[in-house]
Parts: sequence; C-alpha cells; structure tokens
Amino acid sequence: MSENPVFDRIRSEVASEDVVLFMKGTPVFPQCGFSNAVVQVLTYLGVPFKGINVLEDEEIRQGIKEFSDWPTIPQLYVKGEFVGGCDIVREMFEQGELRDYLAQKGIETQVA
Amino acid sequence: MAMTAAEIERLIREALPDAVIDIRDLAGDGDHYAANVISAAFKGKTRVQQHQMVYAALKGGMGNELHALALQTSAPED
Repeated sequence: MSENPVFDRIRSEVASEDVVLFMKGTPVFPQCGFSNAVVQVLTYLGVPFKGINVLEDEEIRQGIKEFSDWPTIPQLYVKGEFVGGCDIVREMFEQGELRDYLAQKGIETQVA
Repeated sequence: MAMTAAEIERLIREALPDAVIDIRDLAGDGDHYAANVISAAFKGKTRVQQHQMVYAALKGGMGNELHALALQTSAPED
C-alpha cells in the first residue's frame, strides 16, 4: 500500500521540536477559537512550542487528519506523540494532568 | 448541512449501544454542540482512543457537516 506522501513532511515537522501544534493561524494570531484555547494553555504553562499554520498548507491540513486519525484541528504533538485536540488538552490541563505529562516527557513548565 | 442533536445521539448509540449520552446545543445554532458520553467500551482506552471511537461513530460527520462537538468521554465507575 502506498503511503500518503505528505506523511514524510508531517513526520519531520513533528520531530522538529519537542512540542508541535498543528493549528489554524499562528501562535501570535490564532484564527480559530479551538486553536486559540490550546495556545493559551501552552502559553500559561510557559511551554515553548512550534505552531504550524494549516491554513497556509492545504496538503498538511488534510494530511494531518489522516496521519493522526483525527478529524479536527488543532492537534498537539509532544515528542512525536499525538496528545489530542482541544478538548483533551483542556481536560488534561484542568485536571492538572498536562503538567505531569509534560514533565514525564522531560519538558519544563513554568507557572507563576 | 448541520446535524441535529438527535442525529448525533442516534449515530453514537448505534456504535456504542450502552452509552449514556448527554448532548447540549451550545449556541442554539445546530452547529456547536457539547457531548458527554459514558460507555463501558471506553474502559482501558486512552482519551484519544475514546474520542476516536466517537468520531468513527459519527462516520465522517465530525469536521464536515458537524463543525464543532466538544467531547468528554469516560467509562462508567465500578
């Protein structure tokens, strides 16, 4: 079976930084409330992350859904592992699990 | 194009017959919902897997005619 050729690009994006967020818009200017919610959580936790604007790349926008078997954007990856979309990130954050998860992955958070 | 709450519930129940499903129409526009789904089928599954099961039940509706469904899933407590 031939694989979707965009998967290689997605794999290298996911590997390029510890925390990678596929989102609509940019971290400075999110263009969707759900993407914004995840940006807010990561920013609150002081976690550096790379935002990938799927609105500027139709191939990745469609490919990432297939790659993760996940129908919506945003999608958060930590050390190459798919963590979830907006609901899961928010739920993990509210229950204090997200910090533990990030710590487990060796990623520092800084909360005032 | 939008999906009704009843249609969402029907599709989820088709895939997860035991599910306790609570759906709220957040904006009253038939396009932004929040659903809480409890099913024994979620036991031992990660959150990502649980949500994937619900998305699969919606048969491609999620992200298409269904724009926004805030999802919360869990297994029933013993």
